[in-house]
Parts: sequence; structure tokens; C-alpha cells
Amino acid sequence: MSEAIIFYVFGAILLGGAIGVIASRNAVHSAMFLVLSFFTSAFLWMLLEAEFLAIVLVLVYVGAVMVLFLFVVMMLDVGVDRMRGGFTRYAPLGLAVVALVVGMLGVLVWSRTGGLGGIEAPPRAPANYSNTEALGAVLYTDYVYAFELAAVLLLVAIVAAITLTMRKRPDLKVQDIGKQVATRREDRVRLVRMDAEKDE
Amino acid sequence: MIGLPHYLTLAAILFILSIAGIFINRRNVILLLMCVELMLLAVNFNFIIMSRFLDDIAGQVFVFFILTVAAAEAAIGLAILVVLFRSRRSVQVDDMGSMKG
Repeated sequence: MSEAIIFYVFGAILLGGAIGVIASRNAVHSAMFLVLSFFTSAFLWMLLEAEFLAIVLVLVYVGAVMVLFLFVVMMLDVGVDRMRGGFTRYAPLGLAVVALVVGMLGVLVWSRTGGLGGIEAPPRAPANYSNTEALGAVLYTDYVYAFELAAVLLLVAIVAAITLTMRKRPDLKVQDIGKQVATRREDRVRLVRMDAEKDE
Repeated sequence: MIGLPHYLTLAAILFILSIAGIFINRRNVILLLMCVELMLLAVNFNFIIMSRFLDDIAGQVFVFFILTVAAAEAAIGLAILVVLFRSRRSVQVDDMGSMKG
């Protein structure tokens, strides 16, 4: 019973947050609603016994990705006025696609519910069960190559993000250390032979 | 009792809302990226649900990797957006037709 209450309350907040993301006029408000959606999803994931991923969702998404989003939104200073206005133009196409997807998912989830409803959730894990330990046990054995690939992917993403956004300004005066080290005596010092002037 | 169809319906509604968001906000790239994040959340939700109901932890491993890739995608996407804004002074999709033949 309490599971149903938690599911319905947090599900309603999640969907309300999603509606806020797509319907609010201000991009900062959209980002804040997205944070709300991620938080409530984390609660629902805990209900589904995925505790580690719920924490990771809060730490990685709310803590890093959404801060990055807010940073970019505030830095770019997007005009609020020009942002909207495409609603009426694209609404029929959007509604058609949405209706199509609703129909397909409805058929899959509800009209064939004899197949899906038959799957009962396994009993709750005991209190001393560690989701993190179970996840780590397969992550570092069965999926170790995928894990290393993910690490390389993150490295590539770091390099790509830095190279994309770094810019060289020509009027900026900075040290070029390589040039400093590579310079030789002949480049800098010029020996001049000149006669001493006689004082009359 | 909350069963598998309830959870799947919640994830499906989330996914549909994000599709609608892409159609409604198709002028602003930042909002499009946010809708893509919402869509990935719905997909992750499905993985977690099936991981619980089939009692198989592989679904959670997949969510782990999807989160990794999504973080990388968000970082690179926002970097591209910053570069675009520097050169164009706008992030409107309408202004990005210069490659059109």
C-alpha cells in the first residue's frame, strides 16, 4: 500500500516536472524542472531497488550535468521572447507523432497485459543486501571491457570539450614556454665590435 | 498493487512528453538537449524496471553505461553550443541553415 502511495505521488511529481521542462517559457525554469524530474526519478529508482544508480543519478545528473546546463543557459543569455512561437506551427505534426507513439506503447503495455502483468516482482531483497556490491561484482568481471571503454570515452569527451571551447586570442600576451626553452644564445645576443671614441 | 504495467506506463508517458517537448521547442537547441536528457531518463527507467521485475542486474549495468555516455554527450553538446553561440550570437535552430544546399 505504501508502495502505491510513493509510486503515485512521485510519479505525479515526475510527470509534472517533465511538463514544466517542455512548457515553461524560461530556459532556467526548464533546467530547474529537469532537476526536479531527476530527483523524483531517483526516489522511484530506490523503490525499484536500484539504490546505487539512484545516488549516481543525483550526483552525476543533478550535480554535474544540470549545473553545466544552467551554466551554459545563463552564460549564453538566450532571449526569452524569440524562444517560443513555434508551438502552433509544429503542434499538428507533434500531436500526430505523439498519438502514434501513444498508440504503439498502449498496445504493447496494456492490451497485451496478459503477458506483462503476469510478471510478478521478485520478493524484496533482505536488509543486508548491497546493491552496490552486486553491481560492482558484475561490472568488474563480466563488463570490464565495457567499463574500460566507458573510461576512454569520458577521456575523449573531456579532450573534445576542451578543444572545442578553447580559443586563442591573438592580442593576448602570454608566455610560450616551449619557445623560451628552445631559444639559443645566437637569437638573443649580438656581439658588436666598435672602436672606442676618443674624447677630444 | 503496483505492477509492471504501471511502471512501464509511467516511463512511456515520460518518453512521450519528451517527444512532445522536442516538437514544441524545436527552435531552441538548449531545450532540445534538455528534452533528449528527459528521453534518456525514460529509457533508463525502463531498464531499471525490467532489471527489478526480471531480477537481473544486467539492466542496471546498462543504465550505468547510458549515464556515462549521456554525461559525455551533454558535455560535448554544450561545448558545441558555446562555440556556435560565439560565432553566431544565437542558438536558434532557424539560424542554422547555412549548410543547406
